[in-house]
Amino acid sequence: MKNRLFYFIPYSLWLILFVGAPIILMLGESFLSVSHHFTFANYQDFLGSGTYLRMMFNSVWYAFLITLITLIVSFPTALFLSNLKYKQFWLLLIILPTWINLLLKTYAFIGLLSKDGSINHFIELLGFAPQQLLFTDASFILVAAYIEIPFMILPIFNSINEIDRSLINASYDLGATKWQTFRRVILPLSADGIRAGIQAVFIPSLSLFMITRLIGGNRVITLGTAIEEHFLVTQNWGLGSTIGVVLIIAMIITMALTRERKKRGRK
Amino acid sequence: MVEKQSRWANVYLVVMFLILYSPIFYLIFCSFNAGQYMQNFSGFSLVHYGELFSDNRMLQIVLNTFVIALLSSLLATIIGTFGALGIFSVRKSFIKNILLSLNNILLVSPDVIIGASFLIFFTLLGLSLGFGSVLMSHIAFSIPIVVLMVLPKLNEMNSSLIDAAQDLGANSWQVLTRVILPYLTPGIAAGFFMAFTYSLDDFAVTFFVTGNGFSTLAVEIYSRARQGVSLEINALSAIMFIISLLLVAGYFFINQHNSARKNKKGRGRG
Repeated sequence: MKNRLFYFIPYSLWLILFVGAPIILMLGESFLSVSHHFTFANYQDFLGSGTYLRMMFNSVWYAFLITLITLIVSFPTALFLSNLKYKQFWLLLIILPTWINLLLKTYAFIGLLSKDGSINHFIELLGFAPQQLLFTDASFILVAAYIEIPFMILPIFNSINEIDRSLINASYDLGATKWQTFRRVILPLSADGIRAGIQAVFIPSLSLFMITRLIGGNRVITLGTAIEEHFLVTQNWGLGSTIGVVLIIAMIITMALTRERKKRGRK
Repeated sequence: MVEKQSRWANVYLVVMFLILYSPIFYLIFCSFNAGQYMQNFSGFSLVHYGELFSDNRMLQIVLNTFVIALLSSLLATIIGTFGALGIFSVRKSFIKNILLSLNNILLVSPDVIIGASFLIFFTLLGLSLGFGSVLMSHIAFSIPIVVLMVLPKLNEMNSSLIDAAQDLGANSWQVLTRVILPYLTPGIAAGFFMAFTYSLDDFAVTFFVTGNGFSTLAVEIYSRARQGVSLEINALSAIMFIISLLLVAGYFFINQHNSARKNKKGRGRG
């Protein structure tokens, strides 16, 4: 094909300018001091001071909790959905909220969780004193999990939906109980979906920064919040890029751990 | 065969749907509140919709958002379609896989990384931040999804179609515009659609690369929400919900159209 080169010009420009260059620039920037000299100080700052390491572990811990909660809630949903009659339609309804701007959904929770918000009204109706709900760690995890749920349900649903029905019937015919069928047939066969879901939820959970600001009230600091802070508030791009590099490494590790395994047992 | 599910499973699903939708409907419900806060519904009123439509700054921002979404998804669709054609034409599977993984980098990268690294890039180039930088960023992060939507259509295309066109004397431009592109149209449409929603949905990247003078909806909502609740945002979210519904309906329609064609083809062969 002669016009192959022609096809490639805009696309490779994009690859070089917007995929390659920014990442390399960020890596370079992480070795620059505020006065633009080469330095390892940013990495020393990050690894040397307890603050940043603690922030990183906190961020990973929160992301882990968010992923765990989403997984626990989403797996049964995906499983039950796959048994419904008009499952594609119901799945579309699950995906629909992801088309609504993230900011709007977060904003809804400000109204629901605030001091004299609707949930506190409900708590008062039950006869309890109103609680401080907004600006707590729990509210951050709750809202983040709410936003991530569809991204977990979708891949798990797809993998469950692909399971050959006759495998499940065979399992029952051979005398397995419901629980055994679930443990030995459905769960292993949906493992790839679970891995994809974990990947889709864990990486964004490390970097969410607007939810920490609006719902967590600056109490929760994730890697994403720290990057935003250094880039847009304190203007220390070097340190911000260093945290960015750490986030990229965390992302690569997550992807390596959750990538699709080769099918075993095909002898 | 659909096996019958226990009642508890259905109850669970109902609760799940309630959880997923109640914040959204709560937001819309409050937009009709005559009062000033999301709490204490004091009567039905359209006053906040009136406020919204007389708020010129807000309308300007809505316009900005849609102009950016439309332009960026259009350009991303063009570049992405050519990219897909390019990747498809590569014969060596090793190089093809490298190109595909490079393509997917921006899809898996966290928004904050994309935003921050683009900010460094634009500053280094000396570009002023505003409409241009936001538009370029949106094009950049929408291209990979277009490629992913178009490539499967290319892979399932029968290569004898191209051979036949060439045998019949078509030059490569005619092959492209008369045979390949019409065949790819459903994939291109789906790609355009996804690019459009990506652009409408984006907050983090825009937040990083937008300057003082230019704002999109998500960024505006963020800055207003930090100052406190205003029911104008609720009114806006109700409208956005309707638009999302229409977009989903549109996407569903495109998908149905695609699968209907596939079925027809399957029957023809069988």
